[in-house]
Amino acid sequence: MDVATKQSLDFNTTTFGNERKDPQDLIPIANEIRRDIIRSLVRAGSGHSGGPLGSADIFAALYFGGVMRYNPQDMHWDGRDRFVLSAGHMAPVLYAALANAGCFPKEELGTLRKYNTRLQGHPGRDMHLPGIETSSGSLGQGISIAVGMAMSDKLVDGSDRRVFTLTGDGELQEGSVWEAAMAASHFGLDNFCWIIDNNDCQIDGRLPDVMNVYPIVDKCVAFGFDTIEVDGHDPADLMRGFDHFLGNQARGTGKPTAIVAKTYMGHGVSFMNDKFEWHGKPPSKDQAAEALNELAMMP
Amino acid sequence: MKTYELLGEKPTRFGFGEGLVALGERHSNVIVLGGDITGSVLTSMFKDKFPDRFFSIGIAEQNATTIAAGLALSGKIPFFASYGAFCALRNADQLRISVAYNEANVKIGGGHAGISVGPDGATHQVLEEVAFLRTLPNMTMLVPADFEEAKKATIAMGEMHGPAYIRFGRSPVPMFTTPDTPFEIGRALVLREGTDVALIACGAMVWESMKAADELAKKGIQARVINSPSIKPFDFATVTAAARDCGAIVTAEEHQVHGGLGGAVAECTAKNAPVPIEFVGVKDSFGGSGEPEELMEKFGLTWKEIYASALVAMDRRDKGSSSVRAIKDVPQYQ
Repeated sequence: MDVATKQSLDFNTTTFGNERKDPQDLIPIANEIRRDIIRSLVRAGSGHSGGPLGSADIFAALYFGGVMRYNPQDMHWDGRDRFVLSAGHMAPVLYAALANAGCFPKEELGTLRKYNTRLQGHPGRDMHLPGIETSSGSLGQGISIAVGMAMSDKLVDGSDRRVFTLTGDGELQEGSVWEAAMAASHFGLDNFCWIIDNNDCQIDGRLPDVMNVYPIVDKCVAFGFDTIEVDGHDPADLMRGFDHFLGNQARGTGKPTAIVAKTYMGHGVSFMNDKFEWHGKPPSKDQAAEALNELAMMP
Repeated sequence: MKTYELLGEKPTRFGFGEGLVALGERHSNVIVLGGDITGSVLTSMFKDKFPDRFFSIGIAEQNATTIAAGLALSGKIPFFASYGAFCALRNADQLRISVAYNEANVKIGGGHAGISVGPDGATHQVLEEVAFLRTLPNMTMLVPADFEEAKKATIAMGEMHGPAYIRFGRSPVPMFTTPDTPFEIGRALVLREGTDVALIACGAMVWESMKAADELAKKGIQARVINSPSIKPFDFATVTAAARDCGAIVTAEEHQVHGGLGGAVAECTAKNAPVPIEFVGVKDSFGGSGEPEELMEKFGLTWKEIYASALVAMDRRDKGSSSVRAIKDVPQYQ
């Protein structure tokens, strides 16, 4: 292992702002998130690599493209928009995004999954990590919690706060997801944005082999969502999706928005790319070095 | 000591309905979620009074439970009520993760509890949820004995912070507490003094225990009757004192004999004051259709089993017992 690689295993202190930016400027942020995912997973020695790496571009757009309103110094700010990670096993990408936003020191990413950490294997609200709105990890529940939050904001408080949630695509096999979708549409929650990370992979294999959930877009439409498909690795296309949602809310369409983001599991690290085997394991030290070397060549 | 007498009959679910309305009047952030059977579990009373704070979620108990968690994490005090079979067990994972682990301020009302549901039969007669809910960290679990206590328990759970569940029934049950009767989460109440045997009960079995105590008194046996509506947190002091003073205990509940109130009493006394216990409850079986009174007789949920169990518990205390018996072996009234 050369010196440069050793250095890259350490967390830096760089943080990024949430102002609107040229979509191309989200690429280096997504790659920094990817590097931090690798750094935290290799230290943890367990955890999920594929989903977090594959959704890094989504998180870059959401947290750093001026889409979500939040204050990294005060993640309890009343006016904040909220994000619920329904696919709780993808916690490493959320932690990395929050750390790169300055919600907590990036060094803490090195405590992922360790005893007493605020960065639990799946998000635990009891650890009070800034930016974690709810515990999640039992699939199909976070989206329902997010619907309850959106109901509270729009129907009870009459506020313009927004609620975002991200589910996996394998997660769509949980029936309760569709109970939540039914309710979001029934209550006209145009302040509710459902992102589906459509990487077509789950632990046991490809989606259609384990249990077919396609056609996803048609299902979302049938459940009353304004549904838009985007390239989950193209920041401009992701921003188009989020802007579509923001426009829906501004116009008061009375319809929730679903963004189906086509992604590849493990994207950014060639030996993981589109391989379902990388759903639930961390890189070894050598693999981490290889991954970081590859990511270091990216913007 | 205050004596308790029969004041009439009314289902505990009406206490829940009235308690919700009282909470709605006191707190503007109380929200109620309906699960289609609002007229049956009496959330309809809140709906009629506060339509803006009522949301119908339909027949989707998992979703209602997690939506409630989302509302709670937004500063609201959401109540969701359905039949216990569906709002304690079908949604068990949601209760565990989204409600209990989150320490979300969610309140659940579980109706149609116990065998006294009657004609609907086994699918709707929930007999297992006390055992489950009692094991959830952060959860408060209440089983009120009559209408007035159900109303007080509903208000109390709404005004405490944290996840809470209340169990109530469909059929009319004896009323014997009044608005002045003390109620506190975490407290059991001695209804009748005695040191020969302790009868510890919850729900509809409390009044049956009072009847059993009357019959035992005819034989010169003074039973202490304890109403234990707060299954969790549990009143260890009152139960431990009863074990030490009486040396023999009968528990009685409209629930499986495994893991409910009897389990809580056994855990408490095994640790603090081991004494013989007899468990009156449903003996490891499902319910069935019939009229409530018929079913209570059939499944051994009357004062008679409590009476017979008291004699056996005292006998075991006095003579010891070398026989091996299962928890579900309940003495029969001769």
